[in-house]
Amino acid sequence: MTAGTLTLVSGESGRGHIRLAAAGVWTAENAGAIEPLIEAATRPIPSLKSISIDTANIERLDSFGAWLLERALRTWRDRECEANIVGLKDDYRGLFEKVHAATQKLPPPPKKRNSIVATLDSVGRTMVAVFDDLVLLAQMVGSVMTAFGRVLLHPSRFRFTSMVNHLERVGWHALPIILLITVLIGAILAQQGIFHFRKFGADIYVVDMVGVLVLRELGVLIVCIMIAGRSGSSYTAELGAMKMREEVDALRTMGFDPVEVLILPRILAIVIAVPILTLFGSLAALYGGGLVAWLYGGIAPEVFLSRLREAISMQTFEVGMLKAPFMALVIGVVACVEGLQVQGSAESLGERTTNSVVKSIFLVIVLDGFFAMFFASIGL
Amino acid sequence: MANAREPVIQVRDLVVELKSNRILNGVTLDVYRGEILGFVGASGAGKSVLTRTIVGLLPKVEGTIEVFGTNLDGLDEDQRRDIERRWGILFQQGALFSSLTVGQNVEFPMLEYLDISPKLMTEMAITKLEMVGLKPEVYRKYPSELSGGMIKRVALARALALDPEILFLDEPTSGLDPISAHEFDQLILTLQRTSQMAIFMVTHDLDSLYATCDRIAVLLDGKIGVTGNIDTMLASEQPWLKAYFHGARARVGQHGKQ
Repeated sequence: MTAGTLTLVSGESGRGHIRLAAAGVWTAENAGAIEPLIEAATRPIPSLKSISIDTANIERLDSFGAWLLERALRTWRDRECEANIVGLKDDYRGLFEKVHAATQKLPPPPKKRNSIVATLDSVGRTMVAVFDDLVLLAQMVGSVMTAFGRVLLHPSRFRFTSMVNHLERVGWHALPIILLITVLIGAILAQQGIFHFRKFGADIYVVDMVGVLVLRELGVLIVCIMIAGRSGSSYTAELGAMKMREEVDALRTMGFDPVEVLILPRILAIVIAVPILTLFGSLAALYGGGLVAWLYGGIAPEVFLSRLREAISMQTFEVGMLKAPFMALVIGVVACVEGLQVQGSAESLGERTTNSVVKSIFLVIVLDGFFAMFFASIGL
Repeated sequence: MANAREPVIQVRDLVVELKSNRILNGVTLDVYRGEILGFVGASGAGKSVLTRTIVGLLPKVEGTIEVFGTNLDGLDEDQRRDIERRWGILFQQGALFSSLTVGQNVEFPMLEYLDISPKLMTEMAITKLEMVGLKPEVYRKYPSELSGGMIKRVALARALALDPEILFLDEPTSGLDPISAHEFDQLILTLQRTSQMAIFMVTHDLDSLYATCDRIAVLLDGKIGVTGNIDTMLASEQPWLKAYFHGARARVGQHGKQ
């Protein structure tokens, strides 16, 4: 089969009439080659009155070929030149009519705005969105509290099984990765500490540093960042998918409160799991630190332990543990708020899940800052 | 129609298992050029499985599938692409790419398979959209801004983007109101008449079966039970077919293929 061709059969520009003959295969594969032929044929010719294309020798025609013919006809007709096709096979008549019926009236693209205005506009919208977010967070905390209150009054309404299920997924299943990461963090801290403290012979103070840092700050922060990435994102994705499939609406129409059924068990689970994970994580970090101090820094385990006893007090541990449930609450609330804001599309689910992780990690660190100020002012 | 009786799809003794459940157990089926084949069967009988196996989304255990006379086994990537370029698939939910505009969705296969100018591509995308009965304005919209019927039409425009020779339709009228469903049937009929494609249509819509199909194949117990035109179906004494075509929802004789 030959590719599509378009040749001049007869006619001179002076006489005002031209006949062209189309032949070969006018299909999508050849459209790239045919288009230049059409463009060449539709160059403006002065005093052209009429033009006809003989299509009898077209072996195959599809919508691409038909549109290219139609485009040529339209170009000529726009110049008030009579244009038509002759000899079209009956098989292709329907197709040609379909293509002929297309109006091709594409509305112009929306105008681009001045870039300064656009920037200001987007900054403004972001600030409004931030404010809306804070309101939504406050609302969610409020509804979770009321739901919690209702459940306290009517304990039979509490979804205990659901909570245990989430507790298993957020707590138990997260334990291995949390232990692994915190051991590594403790080890790295100790190694860096020893490396630098050794220069002025203060090796032993690495125990103080690891102990205080891990118990007060790093244990809980690392655990919260891991949980925000691991469980907060899955909360958002689950709730978002349920929102997309109208499961949340179904619950509401059956007279259930989605906050009570879906969100309260999740938030309680995370609030219980994070302090437990923080405890294990901190222990693992101390273990990792101790191991490196022994193997790399030559601080024997018994020395490490006795130094640790002097360096930290129960309060150091309590400060870290006290922060854990509040941070967990922030992660859970942010994840659930984002999940419920998912709209119809898969893209929106992805965007909300990302938002959930970014916002909860950000808020956890901000909250840690507030705690630091608070504990400093009460002298802990 | 179907005068040449040239088969474009030949399925022979096809066996497909999903998680070691035998779903298709020796399916043999021909689809001819220029015909609309309706494919019916109980929910969960494996209608979609057959479609998905033919287009290569599911692996088969035994049997052969020939498309355009070429066995699909052992094709290299280029040969496979040549075949894939010649069929179009309309998924049940439309399966439009939600991150792309309607226009980009329709242009997507063209961009991949054809070497044509951007201007021609835009024009063709709009032509396809208008061919399926949409206005050019939808070109810049996103799938999330469209109604269910419009999504199906855009998905059809995308399936038709490369002027395929075989069109697979998976429940094209499900989820459409009767008026839209009727329009969709008519649309498929006109498109089929203008382009002489073979259409393989999985459907539960009796009206669609009456209105559009030249031939109907019935999937019963993992095999093709009966094939024939609508009269054969109506005359069949097979209990499931009897229940299907003479049941409460069937309105025999009210519609005929026009």
